[in-house]
Amino acid sequence: MSKLLEVKDLRVSFKTYSGEVQAVRGIDFDLKKGETLAIVGESGSGKSVTTKAITKLLPEPQGYIKTGEILFEGQDITKYSNKQMQKLRGRDISTVFQDPMTSLNPTMKVGKQIAEGLIKHRKMSKAQAREKTIELLELVGIPQAEKRLNQFPHQFSGGMRQRAVVAIALACNPKILIADEPTTALDVTIQAQILELMKDIQREMDSAIIFITHDLGVVANVADRVAVMYAGKIVEVGTADDIFYNPKHPYTWGLLGSMPTLDSDEEELFAIPGSPPDMLNPPEGDAFAPRNRFALEIDTQMEPPMFQVSDTHYAATWLLHEYAPKIEPPESVQRRMQGFASMDDGKDGEA
Amino acid sequence: MNHMWKFSVRRMLIIIPQLLLLSLLVFLMAQAMPGDALTGQINPDLDPQEMQEQREELGLNDPWHIKYADWITSAVRGDLGQSFQFKMPASELIWNRMVNSFWLGVATLIITYLLAIPLGITSGRFNDSLLDSSITGYTYIGFATPIFIFALVMLWIFGYQLGWFPTSGSVAPGSDPGTFEYIVSKINHLLLPAISLGLITTVNTVQYLRSEIIDTKQKDFIITARAKGASESRVYNRHIFRNSLLPIAAFFGFEITGLIGGTVFVERIFGYPGMGDLFIQSVLLRDYTVVTSVVLLFGLASILGALISDIILSLVDPRIRIK
Repeated sequence: MSKLLEVKDLRVSFKTYSGEVQAVRGIDFDLKKGETLAIVGESGSGKSVTTKAITKLLPEPQGYIKTGEILFEGQDITKYSNKQMQKLRGRDISTVFQDPMTSLNPTMKVGKQIAEGLIKHRKMSKAQAREKTIELLELVGIPQAEKRLNQFPHQFSGGMRQRAVVAIALACNPKILIADEPTTALDVTIQAQILELMKDIQREMDSAIIFITHDLGVVANVADRVAVMYAGKIVEVGTADDIFYNPKHPYTWGLLGSMPTLDSDEEELFAIPGSPPDMLNPPEGDAFAPRNRFALEIDTQMEPPMFQVSDTHYAATWLLHEYAPKIEPPESVQRRMQGFASMDDGKDGEA
Repeated sequence: MNHMWKFSVRRMLIIIPQLLLLSLLVFLMAQAMPGDALTGQINPDLDPQEMQEQREELGLNDPWHIKYADWITSAVRGDLGQSFQFKMPASELIWNRMVNSFWLGVATLIITYLLAIPLGITSGRFNDSLLDSSITGYTYIGFATPIFIFALVMLWIFGYQLGWFPTSGSVAPGSDPGTFEYIVSKINHLLLPAISLGLITTVNTVQYLRSEIIDTKQKDFIITARAKGASESRVYNRHIFRNSLLPIAAFFGFEITGLIGGTVFVERIFGYPGMGDLFIQSVLLRDYTVVTSVVLLFGLASILGALISDIILSLVDPRIRIK
C-alpha cells in the first residue's frame, strides 16, 4: 500500500503571553490508503493539534507549525498557500469535529451546509448539489432526506447532527477523513451507530481515517493501527493487535489499565498518578518519567529513542534498551491483555 | 413560513397590554402634575363656586379611572386635547412635528447603519490591527462625547463657519410643498442634524458588531466551514456576518428608543421643528396636554421599535420562530 500521508518531525507551538507552548514536539507517522489510524492520548497530549496542523486550521495567529513536513501524496503541504489549502480541505482531507451541537451553522439550512463543499469543489449546479445532498443524507442514515434538507440544525437531534456533519465531511469523497473525537459528545448508543456508520462508509469509499480519541474502547472497534501520544510526542505506535496484546510503553499500560471493561472484577479502576507536564517548559528526559513507576535513572536525563519491537511496532521507552531490566506489565494490565485476546476470538466487529 | 406568521401575530398581541400599561403610566403622570385644564384659563374674577361647577361639568372631579377611560377613548379617536399655549388641538400641533421627527429619525438610522456595518465588520475581521485600533478609537471618542456638545460644534463649523447647511428650521421659507425644490430643501435641513446624531449613535452599533464578529469568528461552525474549503470571503459573508447580525437586529428597537432621547437635544440645538423640540418647549411652557401626548407617542415609538426588532430577528434567526 502506498503512503497517502507522511508526517515528518512535525513540531507545533502556540505563542502565549507566558511563552511558547510546545504542543507537538517532533512526531513522525504515516497513513496508507484506506487504513484507519487511531491517535490516542489524554487531553493536552497534542493529538487534536496534530490534525489541525495537517489541515492548517490551527487557531491563528497563536498556533503555528514550527518545523517539519507534512507530505500529502508526496507534496509538502506545510508550504501550501491559503488558496491551495482551501482546494485541499473538504475535497482531499475533511474533518468531523467533536461537538455536533456547535459544529453546524445555526442559521443555515442543513442541506445548504452539505452542498457548500459540492458546489465549491465539484463545481456542481444547485440542482445537482441538491440531488447529491439527498444521496449523502440517505447514506449517513438520515430518513426523509428531502424534508430534512430544508431544516435547520436546531431541528436535528445530537446524533442526527453528527450524521449531518459526517455527510458534510464525506461530500467530496475525501482521501483522508479526520475524525476528531467524533463520538465524545454523544451518548453511548449513538456513539456505536456513528462508529458503525464511519466503518461502513470507509469500506464503501476507501477513505483513510485518522481517528482522534481518548477512548480505547473506540480504538479497539475501529483502528488498524494505533499511535499513542503523550506530551506532544508519539510514545508507542503499532497495529491495534500490537498495542492491545503486546504494549511496551508504561504509558500505554496505564491507559489500558484505566479502561473500564465489562468483565473486570477489580473494584477500582487504575488511574495513572499525577498529571501531564507543563508544555511551556517540557521536562528534560522522558516526559512521562515523573508519573512512571517503572522509570529508570536515565529517564530523567535523556529522552528515549524509538525502539523497534517488530516490523510494525515501535515504542519510545528505555525499558526496551538491551541493558534495561526486564519488566513485565503490571498484573492487572496483563489480565486485560488476555481479556482482549479472548474477546477477540469471539468478536466480529463488536467491542 | 407558517411559524413565522404565528410568531408575528402572537408578538403583536403582546403590544396590547404594553400599550395599556404605557397609557396608564402616562395618564397617572399627568394626574400627578399640578393644575388641570382649567387652571391656565381661569379668569381671576370668577366665583370659586362657579369654577367648581365648571369642573364638575367638565368631568374634572370624576374618579381617576373614569377620567382615564375618557382620555384614552378620545386619544384613540385622535383627540389628544387642547394645547393651552398654542390654543389649538394638540394632535394638530403634533402631527407636523411628528412627520419632521420621523424623517429625521429615518435619516439618522440610515447614517447610523451606513457607518456601523462597514466599520464594525472591518474592525471585527481585522481585530487588533492598526485599522481596528483607529475604528475603536473613534468609538471611544463617540462614547465620551455628549450629543449636545457635539451637535453645537457641528452646527458652528458646518452651519455658521462654512455655511454648508442651514442653521435652523425644517424647510426654506417660501418653497411650495410638493415641488422638487421643497424636497431638496427638506433634505438639506435634516442632513446636518442627522449626521451629527448618526456619528454619535453609530458607535454603539460599531462596538456591538465588532465584538459579535470576534465572538462568532471563534465558533466551532466557522472551523467546520473552513474545513469544507470555503474561501475566506465566503466564511465571512455567509457564515460569520449573518450570525453576527442577529444581535444587531435585536438592538434595532433600542436604537429607536435611544434615538428619541437624541432627537430631543438635536432638534432643540438645530431649531428643527420636531417632536423633541416641541417636547422641550411644552415642558418649559407647562403645556401639559402636549407633554403627555408627546410622551405617549414616544412610548408608542419605543414599543413599535421593539416589535420591529423582534420581527426582524425572527426573519433572520430560524430558532426564534419555533418558540
